[in-house]
Amino acid sequence: MLVVENLNKSFGSKHVLKDINLRVKKGEILMITGKSGVGKTTLIRCLCSLENFDSGSIRFENGDEGDNSIGLVSQSFDLFPHFTVMKNITYPLIKAKKYKKQDAIKKAEELIELLGLKGLEENYEFQLSGGQKQRVAIARALAMEPQYICFDEPTSALDYKLRDSVGELIRKVASRGMGVIVITHDREFAKKYADRIFQLGA
Amino acid sequence: MDYIIDVLPFMLRGFKTTLWVFAVTAIFSIPLGVLVCLLRMSKIKLVSYFMQLYILIMRGTPLLLQIIFIFFGLPLVGVVLNREVAAAVAFILNYAAYFAEIFRGGINSIDQGQFEAAKVLKLPKTSTWVGIILPQVFKIVFPSLGNELITLVKDTSLVYVLGLGDILRAAKTLSNKDASIIPLFIAGAAYLVFIGILSYVLKKVENKMAYYR
Repeated sequence: MLVVENLNKSFGSKHVLKDINLRVKKGEILMITGKSGVGKTTLIRCLCSLENFDSGSIRFENGDEGDNSIGLVSQSFDLFPHFTVMKNITYPLIKAKKYKKQDAIKKAEELIELLGLKGLEENYEFQLSGGQKQRVAIARALAMEPQYICFDEPTSALDYKLRDSVGELIRKVASRGMGVIVITHDREFAKKYADRIFQLGA
Repeated sequence: MDYIIDVLPFMLRGFKTTLWVFAVTAIFSIPLGVLVCLLRMSKIKLVSYFMQLYILIMRGTPLLLQIIFIFFGLPLVGVVLNREVAAAVAFILNYAAYFAEIFRGGINSIDQGQFEAAKVLKLPKTSTWVGIILPQVFKIVFPSLGNELITLVKDTSLVYVLGLGDILRAAKTLSNKDASIIPLFIAGAAYLVFIGILSYVLKKVENKMAYYR
């Protein structure tokens, strides 16, 4: 279980996050909603250690303590543009998880299959559609086998029609036993796919 | 025509000097420039300030003076370098400063998301820089890098101040001796041909890096 307790974060005199408390279980989809500017992205950035916080704690409980990793699928996906789809997934496996190249490729192939990216292995970011980029970013994050994974506005950069396929994807990720934290301003989307909704700044 | 054939061996010897000063400087100053740039961007203030001072001095004084200083000045503190080494050191130090600033501009233009993606994926620092950031930086700065390299070809003529015979010095010597302007034309043509070839190679490399956008 991922436990956030009394989290506080200010930028200068602007107190963005005030005593945030939340819990996420593995396999659960928690959607964080709220108006823009209430600190949704800041919260996720704190979870992913991209931002320091002023006080409070973010910790893992009930046997999750070992591998306390949180993955991120950011709003702009941030694929490595000079790498192929395949290498986007294998490079972190080889460099950060010390996989052998063959094993990394095998793992990447599984994820490429799972996310319906077959045939795009040798493509570069600029050759992909928004939805495909997002799926590569998801595959890359899943490859690292985090226990929790954050999505920052997964529907915002996509065609409205793709909203449901993103929702299904997020369910698929959660069904692999990962805790999923999703930021969205889309209340309808949240209602449809969340196990729980956390309203920030209410 | 006979005259040209007569002076060619002497001029070619000069051109060899031009070539090696260019090659040695290009090979060593680019990696050194990367290093200076990374130190310049270091979070340790002292390191960063020191690099800023270095860059200021290298860009703020004429290369000609720097060559003179390294060859004639350093012996005063016990460092004696021969002409070739002194010239090479001066060129490398000078060009590294310019390259460092070019790289800094390149690094600053890389999307912050690239650094953050690398961090969330727990990539080690070296893999982040060597595998992710610098390859993208190289592509961005390559046209500016090429510009500097072309300037370098012509700057090599400054080694005359240490008595090294580059092609321009050879041409001037011949021109004075024979009261002819032809050697200067030959030198000009040699620069032009060499830079033409260099430009072609640079363009080829640039095209090679155009596989992604």
